[in-house]
Amino acid sequence: MALLEIKNLVKHFPISGGFFGRKTGDVKAVDGVSLTVENGETLGLVGESGCGKSTLGRCLLRLIEPTSGDIIFENKNITEMNFDAMREMRRKMQIIFQDPYASLNPRMRVGEIIGEGLQIHGIADGAELKDRVMALLAKVGLREEQYGRYPHEFSGGQRQRIGVARALALNAKFIVADEAVSALDVSIQAQILNLLQDLQEEYDLTYFFISHDLRVVEHVSDRVAVMYLGKIVEIAPADQIYTDGQHPYTRALLSAAPVPDPTRKAERIVLQGDVPSPINPPSGCSFHPRCPFAQKICSEEEPPLVLDGNHGAACHVFGPGATVKPN
Amino acid sequence: MSALLQIKELQTSFFTSDGEVRAVDGVTFDIEEGKTMGLVGESGCGKSVTALSVMQLLSKGVGEVVGGEVLYRGKNLAEFSEAEMRDIRGNEISMIFQEPMTSLNPVFSIGDQIAESVRLHQGASKKEARARAIEMLELVKIAEPQKRINDFPHQLSGGMRQRVMIAMALSCNPSLLMADEPTTALDVTIQAQILELIKELQEQLGMSVLLITHDLGVVAEQADEVAVMYAGKIVERAKPEIIFARPAHPYTIGLMNSVPGVIDKSAKRLEAIPGIVPSPLDWPSGCRFRDRCSQAEEKCGGSQPDLIEIEPGHWVSCLKVPVSAAA
Repeated sequence: MALLEIKNLVKHFPISGGFFGRKTGDVKAVDGVSLTVENGETLGLVGESGCGKSTLGRCLLRLIEPTSGDIIFENKNITEMNFDAMREMRRKMQIIFQDPYASLNPRMRVGEIIGEGLQIHGIADGAELKDRVMALLAKVGLREEQYGRYPHEFSGGQRQRIGVARALALNAKFIVADEAVSALDVSIQAQILNLLQDLQEEYDLTYFFISHDLRVVEHVSDRVAVMYLGKIVEIAPADQIYTDGQHPYTRALLSAAPVPDPTRKAERIVLQGDVPSPINPPSGCSFHPRCPFAQKICSEEEPPLVLDGNHGAACHVFGPGATVKPN
Repeated sequence: MSALLQIKELQTSFFTSDGEVRAVDGVTFDIEEGKTMGLVGESGCGKSVTALSVMQLLSKGVGEVVGGEVLYRGKNLAEFSEAEMRDIRGNEISMIFQEPMTSLNPVFSIGDQIAESVRLHQGASKKEARARAIEMLELVKIAEPQKRINDFPHQLSGGMRQRVMIAMALSCNPSLLMADEPTTALDVTIQAQILELIKELQEQLGMSVLLITHDLGVVAEQADEVAVMYAGKIVERAKPEIIFARPAHPYTIGLMNSVPGVIDKSAKRLEAIPGIVPSPLDWPSGCRFRDRCSQAEEKCGGSQPDLIEIEPGHWVSCLKVPVSAAA
């Protein structure tokens, strides 16, 4: 059963400028994304900086208000909910942020940070609250005596554990992990990834795992979606996307990641140029100016995301929706 | 092949109000003419300080080389005066940094900044320096260099800024380029462009490279030799073919296990290294990895293990690693 379904989600940030600060354009951060997330799975979302992956993650919890589109969580359309109903809903939907230094209030004790949600939602108070926070601390691998410490007394990895405990406090079902391990050293990163996996098994959590690190995403995800300039260009089970990627961007992105194996010299597709601006994305397929396989149709018509079973790609030339032959 | 740079028992300390921080504590390695040495390790292990010590770029009165030798073409840079060092920097040894935005001056055009180093180090005239700047921009493959030369850093993308940094570093034909996490701030597709550029330029100009990174994938692809640093010391050193096939030091093995897909691709769980890096204010006695090492014994707490050649070209500092008969 799908826990979360997104239909044609759009987030445009208006740009104002000129005389009287009139609107002069839009940053098309998320530009028509449709996805489903199954109960208990980890959906990985990869893409380069500025592709809109964090905006998408925040829109899912309505931390950023989407411009249009529907988000259906447990069969309820949360985009139509009022403030109070949404607050109730957020108990089940939580987020872990990238920067463990910036996402914890430096003036609050760790126990307060983790217990704040329980208090606000009136779930626990007093001694019971403390007991629950202590249990959470133990769960994420911190010690009980650290209850009264401040965030600056912790290392980056420990702070990320605090962030995980905070997300778990209200028995969330769905957790958006926005680059949750990117700021950590690899040996600490492995500890946190293992923790997330253990908790998923124990509480049957569903993760929306946003990362630019392709190896990490492959490791944790059941399915992977690739995002480019506000759109999903390919989605497939994790093993398939790495062995049988269809979209040229997917293949270029995966081939660009350095392989820690000196005996294997990877066939690398080096893309030319930078990601275009999301203010004025290229016509047709927004990847066509950098695509080595681009043809006439690619600059004229936008390719839809065509699914074949559980593997989908948005490309005129490759994958299930192909209409022309590669030249 | 002769060694261009020989670092012998380098020790660098920072004198802080909390006491002496022995950031680099007995580091020894050579860089051969035209080769790439990859220095890998996690934050705080001393890899950047090693490079800064070679360049004598440590802030005076705070950080200081307190022992060992830095032999560049046989001459000890650690004994050079500031004026002598100035002739070395740029002309002989150059450096590029991780964050290309903060290492470029925002109020000067990129052309002026490249020209500045040519004028200062080679005494070129304004006109010559400008011509050289255009030539360098062309070398690092920036399109329309005559136009771009008047651009300011904020007008360029991250990848382009790193190209400008490289252009600046190479403008005086140095024999050694020190690249401190040159691609860490960049997206993978841009990282692939920059790494390829560094490799091409190295072949074209015949320079040596000291590549500092935390990414095992990057060293596997770029380096001719790899040194793994932990807590201010080199714990293992070998060619990538050897170190990735037969990592010997428990820390190197732990590091590789922490990255998904290096040792066992199908493993559902990562083998994380427990604990965190010890504080440089108070390194543990004996082997510094011993508190986190699964194989540590009582003898590991004695004296610090030396780097021993366990097979030809493969150096490891661990008491538990058997020396093969071939060495």
